[in-house]
Amino acid sequence: MADTTVPAPSFAFADAFDRVRRSSEYVVIPLLALLASAVLFSLFLLALGKNPVDFYSLVWRGGFGTSFSWQNTLVRASPLILAGLCVAIPARLGMVVIGGEGALVLGGFAAAVTAIPMVGWSPAPLTLVMMAISAMAVGGLWIGFVGYLRHYRGINETISSLLLSYIAISILNFFVEGALRDPSDPNKPSTMPIGPETMIGPMPGTSVHWGLAAGIVACVAVWVLMNRTTFGFAARITGGNVRAAMAQGLPVGRLVLVSTALAGALVGLAGFFEVAAIHGKANASLIAGYGFTGILVSFLARHNPLAIIPVAIFLGGIDAAGGLVQRRMELPDATVLVLQGLMFVVLLVSETLYGRFAIFKSKGA
Amino acid sequence: MSALPAAAPSRAIGLETRGMTKVFGSLVALDDVSIDVKPGSFHALLGENGAGKSTLVKCIMGFYQPTRGQVLVNGAEVQIPNPKAARDLGIGMVYQHFTLVPSLTATENLVIARADVPAVIDWRKEKRTLAELIDRLPFKVPMDVPVSGLAAGEKQKLEILKQLYLDQRFLILDEPTSVLTPQEADEILGLLRGMTDAGDLTILMISHKFREVTQFADDVTVLRKGAFVGSAPAKDLTVGAMSRMMIGDMKLRERAARKPYTNQPVVLELAGLFADDDEGLPAVEAVSLKVHAGEIVGIAGVSGNGQSELIECLSGQRPLTDGRLFVKDEPYEPERRKMARFKVFGLQEEPLKNAAVPKMSVAENLAFRSFDQPPISKGRGWLSPGPMRARAKELIAAYRVKTPGPDEPIQNLSGGNVQRAILARELSSDVDVLVVANPCFGLDFASIAEIRGQIMDQRNRGAAVLLVSEDLDEILELADRVAVMSEGKITYVALASETDRNTIGQHMAGHH
Repeated sequence: MADTTVPAPSFAFADAFDRVRRSSEYVVIPLLALLASAVLFSLFLLALGKNPVDFYSLVWRGGFGTSFSWQNTLVRASPLILAGLCVAIPARLGMVVIGGEGALVLGGFAAAVTAIPMVGWSPAPLTLVMMAISAMAVGGLWIGFVGYLRHYRGINETISSLLLSYIAISILNFFVEGALRDPSDPNKPSTMPIGPETMIGPMPGTSVHWGLAAGIVACVAVWVLMNRTTFGFAARITGGNVRAAMAQGLPVGRLVLVSTALAGALVGLAGFFEVAAIHGKANASLIAGYGFTGILVSFLARHNPLAIIPVAIFLGGIDAAGGLVQRRMELPDATVLVLQGLMFVVLLVSETLYGRFAIFKSKGA
Repeated sequence: MSALPAAAPSRAIGLETRGMTKVFGSLVALDDVSIDVKPGSFHALLGENGAGKSTLVKCIMGFYQPTRGQVLVNGAEVQIPNPKAARDLGIGMVYQHFTLVPSLTATENLVIARADVPAVIDWRKEKRTLAELIDRLPFKVPMDVPVSGLAAGEKQKLEILKQLYLDQRFLILDEPTSVLTPQEADEILGLLRGMTDAGDLTILMISHKFREVTQFADDVTVLRKGAFVGSAPAKDLTVGAMSRMMIGDMKLRERAARKPYTNQPVVLELAGLFADDDEGLPAVEAVSLKVHAGEIVGIAGVSGNGQSELIECLSGQRPLTDGRLFVKDEPYEPERRKMARFKVFGLQEEPLKNAAVPKMSVAENLAFRSFDQPPISKGRGWLSPGPMRARAKELIAAYRVKTPGPDEPIQNLSGGNVQRAILARELSSDVDVLVVANPCFGLDFASIAEIRGQIMDQRNRGAAVLLVSEDLDEILELADRVAVMSEGKITYVALASETDRNTIGQHMAGHH
């Protein structure tokens, strides 16, 4: 045992191999959990008298089979990426924030409200920048408030963020059905449209808007922040053991506030893209559940910002296939929610498996 | 079950284990251990942490099933598939920490501990029965006040009383005196010794205090690394012989010599500190102390008298409600920049709870002090993992931390190695102030010798050391000055050379 403590360059390769083997646990176990939930869901389908093979092939076709379905998937993945980050960043500080939906809705609403007085005289890029800033500011304040309540008032962040979501949704409904309703739109209560000239177009050669690129950049930036900066290191100490963080004199309150505000700003940005690239106005379509699916995204990715990208695409694909499944198999829309719920439960159960398989352990341990 | 033990003589039970072996996965926690505890004897079980004492006791109590081996009670083999079976055989256990319900009275605690509590309790009858029992026992405890109002010694007596009330005639005591003052410990062990001498009781006591073993035990059994080392009458063994049996031929770090202490300037000053506990009740009241350079001030006290709250205040884990801290005559708050500027470091008990992040790697845990300084951070908030690992490898080698590598999560290391890693982190640079709390809690002899040596080294190099410890021996070994904390206040301060265990103990108990 003593010889392993002496640093020797010849061990570098074995060292690296060992690290890969140990971290593969974090890939294999979630994959096993997904497989298990797929099996359970098949039983559910069989009980409904449907063929699971049909279902999974339809999900494949509707989510990933064609270039059209891929684009549909990626459009849905982009808010999921940002919503996943809203869970992943506070998770590094040991907090479970599940209210990204509210910050997304309010961020979108703030973006639309900012645009209304600017449309007509302001150049589109300026309007978009102002919209994005106000969306991020409102989202940041919203989730930052959750962090404030947690640190200074001892209020559980999971409960408060969930309840604040319902308040956020009510605020949106209150304004779009009242003071800010566009009287010329007879169908759905909405704000005034921001107009086609202001809206963000797709990325070149695709029908996918720039929100996907923003999400990917945000994931990389958050990874760098958490793994290559002193801020991220301090946040991880705080999340791992707050008593140890305090004994190191770390500013726990500031870390909590900054992290929650950043998380809220990113999911607020998702709301901005939903308004500026998809709907063109704020209405109840913003309440699409991306904020809640983001919880599943982050947990599946084990709160790793880089893993959030593929996981969000995967879940975006399942989401995108929902319509096709509904039409072809005569299953209700909520079927996909059942699948997501099963995944989440099995995933949480799989947490107990970590450290139980000798194959992932390092030899010396 | 009768709550009234008949007064027949020689009711004590004898217990024997034969070839007890317990294997956990690849770890042999207990290897072929045979002990013989004679009826009416006071038997001490000695061994280091991890020597297998708890495993042996848990096998006897039915918490574990031994891989091999038998338990014999009064010479007949018995099966103990669960703790209830042990209880039915008359084997009871008193734990290191209390298992009483604080909001209930002593009477209520005893009655609800019974296996056959009736749905409706006739309290008057129960009280009468209990009074008769207590009349015949030497233990006197106030029976009608909530347990939370009792002193630690009284609670421990009540724990023992509970076992006797439940008619347990073979008592296993797991370090029963660790929360008591020396006087309380002597009183309780003395009473128990009286009962074993009278043949009413047999005792198997896990301990690491040689003083108690030589004074009270009839026989001693020593375990080491899960194996039986030897068994002998206590009067035939010297303390040196017992400690050699416990640690084997391992060489301990030589005790560091104490440099003579001359008049040095005050470095750390605690000025009128007040703080509340988690319930918002006053826990630290008007604590003022000065610690000089090159001096160790030891704060003794029974656990729960505000020492942990005081340490939390000094290390930034608990806000002060009043009072000031000064380092070198300048105001000091435990926040990162000032910790670095004034070179304030700390060692706390149970480092995985207080000083480390269990899931982060050894390298990361070693960098908690230095991650925002060069070479790990070259400025502007950036962090480089390369220099972090390089520095970790140096520290691991210099402090002989046994780990498979710098990337191993620190929670996979043994307790001694975790504390060694924390030691490496906190003591590897210049130290002006060192705040230490129960640093050796739960560690093996080699680690204890190492840690105490390092603390003495820091003192000799001129650091001002504040040591809070529940282990009076540790304070008497290390401190230049001794202070006693009782009910949140410093009640006594004296030079270590001018006081003794007895005086300190009286102040710990709150008798002035």
